[in-house]
Amino acid sequence: MAKDRQWGFKTRTLHAGGLPDPTTGARAVPIYQSTSFVFEDTNDAADLFALQKYGTIYSRISNPTTAAFEERMASLEGGIGAVATASGQAAEFLAVTTLAGAGDHIVAAAGLYGGTHTLFGTTLARLGLETTFVDNSDVDAFAAAINDRTKLIYTEIIGNPSGAVADLQALAEVAHRNGLPLVVDATFATPYLCRPIEFGADIVLHSATKFLGGHGTSIGGVIIEAGMFDWTASGRFPRFTEPVATYNGLQWHDNFGEYAFLTALRSEQLRDVGACLSPFNAFMLLQGIETLAQRMDNHVSNAKAVAAWLAGDQRVSWVAFADLPDSPYHELAGKYLPKGAGAVFTFGLKGGRKAGQTFIENLQLVSHLANIGDARTLVIHPASTTHQQLTDEQMEQGGVGPDMVRLSVGLEDLEDIIWDLDQALTAATAVAGG
Amino acid sequence: MSTTGEVAAPSGWVPPGALERKHILDNTRSIAIVGASSNPARASNFVLTYLRSSVCDFDLYPVNPRETEIMGVKVYPSLADLPVVPDLVSVFRRGEDTPDIAREAIAAGAKTLWLQLGIANDETAAIATAAGLNVVMNRCVKIEHARFAGGLHLAGFDTGVIHSRRR
Repeated sequence: MAKDRQWGFKTRTLHAGGLPDPTTGARAVPIYQSTSFVFEDTNDAADLFALQKYGTIYSRISNPTTAAFEERMASLEGGIGAVATASGQAAEFLAVTTLAGAGDHIVAAAGLYGGTHTLFGTTLARLGLETTFVDNSDVDAFAAAINDRTKLIYTEIIGNPSGAVADLQALAEVAHRNGLPLVVDATFATPYLCRPIEFGADIVLHSATKFLGGHGTSIGGVIIEAGMFDWTASGRFPRFTEPVATYNGLQWHDNFGEYAFLTALRSEQLRDVGACLSPFNAFMLLQGIETLAQRMDNHVSNAKAVAAWLAGDQRVSWVAFADLPDSPYHELAGKYLPKGAGAVFTFGLKGGRKAGQTFIENLQLVSHLANIGDARTLVIHPASTTHQQLTDEQMEQGGVGPDMVRLSVGLEDLEDIIWDLDQALTAATAVAGG
Repeated sequence: MSTTGEVAAPSGWVPPGALERKHILDNTRSIAIVGASSNPARASNFVLTYLRSSVCDFDLYPVNPRETEIMGVKVYPSLADLPVVPDLVSVFRRGEDTPDIAREAIAAGAKTLWLQLGIANDETAAIATAAGLNVVMNRCVKIEHARFAGGLHLAGFDTGVIHSRRR
C-alpha cells in the first residue's frame, strides 16, 4: 500500500481542505452563500441536530466554504481541527468562554493587543471572569498567578505592539504542570513563521484579518486546537465529562475524544453566541492563504530592511523589532521565529509625541489606519488610537510609550517605502527642531 | 490523549496510516459492534447512530448479551451467534477484555479488529495480527469514516486528505 504523503507547507496552503467540489468539480473552493441546507428527510434532520452525524444545517454553525478555511488552517498549524469566527476578537471570546465562566480566572500576558486587553479586563471581568495580567517575559509571574480557579494561560507569540516574543516552551511547561491549556494568539507570526503547537501550545488563535487574508479586505478569526490536551486528567474542566442536557445527555469527552473541545466550542459557544465567519469572507481569506508563504517571505525581507534603515537613522531614537541583534527578544525570536519575527514593529522619533504625529501626517504612500498585515504598508500611533482607552500605567505595563509609532511593512518596492519614511521623517524633524 | 502516536507497539503491530484505514473501511460491508449499548449517553450508542445514518451504508450487528434490540437493530449475544461473517469487529470494551474478543473475532472470520478510542492492548494486537487480521486501536470508526466521507471536513477538522480528482 502506498505510504501516506506528508505534504509540504506551500502545498497545503493551496490544497488542504480544498478538494474539488464533489457536485460540480469546481477547482477553486466555491462560495456557498446560503444560510441553510435542506435535510434529506426528518431522520436526517434529527441525526444532524443531535450531532449523531456530520453535516450542514445552518451557516451560523457550519458552512462548506468556511469548512475549507477551517481545515486549511488546522492543517497549516498542525492542529486537529479549527473553528472559524467573525473576527479575531470573536475567536478569543469563544475560546475563552468554552473553557471558563463566571468565578473562573485567566492568567494573561500584560502586553497584549489593546482590544484583547479590554475584552479580558473589562467585558469578561463584567461577566465575572477575572484576569491577572503579568509581565510577558516573566515566566515565574505566570506560574505565581495561577490559582485553583484558573482555566487557561494566554499570550501572544509576538506582543502587539510591544514586540515581546513569548517563551512558548517555558509557558507550556508552566501551563501543563498546572493542568492548564496554553492559548496563543499567533496573528503576527502566521503558521508560516511559527507554529505554536510544535512548542507545546494547546490552542492557537488568529485574527485572520491580518496576514492570513493579507489584503485588508475581510474581517475574520479562527481557533485551532492541537487535540493533545487531556481535559479529563486536568481535573479543571468537569464540563467535558458531564452530560450535556441540550444534546440528549451526551458527554463531550466520551463521545468525541480528542475532538471534544472543538466540538463543544462549535456546538455550544458558536451556536449560542453566533459570531460566525461569513462564507464570502472565508473565500477571501482562503485566497490570501494560498500565497501566504510567498507573501510572508516578502513581508519579512522588507521589514528587516526597513528596520535596519530606521535603526541607523539619526532622527529615530529607538527601533523595537525582535529581528534586530540588540533586541532583548532576539534570542527567543531565533528559536521560535527563525524565518523572521514578522513584519510589524515599532519605533520612536526624536521629538516625542508631536514629532510622531507630524511624521504620520506627512506620509504619502504608507497608510495611517488601525490594522496590520495588509499587502500595503500601514502605520499607526498607538497612544492616540488603539491604546487610547488604557491608562498611562496600563500603557507602560504593556510597553507602549507616547512616542511609539507602529509600522506594518507591506509588499511595495522597498525603495519606495524607505523614500516615504525618509521624507516624512524630514518633515517631522523640521517641526521638532523648529 | 495520545491517539495519534503512530509508533510500533512491542507486539510488532504498526498503526495503520490514513490510506490504510481508508482502504479497510472501503472494503468493509458488515460491522459487528461488541459492547453496543442502548444507553444514549454511551459512546457505543452514539457511534451506532452515525453508522446507521444516511451517510453510511453498512450492515450492522450489535453484540451484547444483555441487550436484544438497539434503535430497531437486532442485537446478538456473541460474535459466534452472528448470521454472517463480519468484515470488521468494532470493540467498546475495556482493554483487558480485548484478547478474548480478538480470539472470537478470528473464530468468526473477521478481516479487521478495531478497538475504539481510548482502547488498546498489546496482547490483543499480537493475537489478531498473527492471525492475519488488520488491527486498528485507539481510533473511532465513526471519526475515521467521517474523515474520508467528508463529514469531518464539514466540521472543521483536519482530514489530511489532499487530492486533485473529483470524488
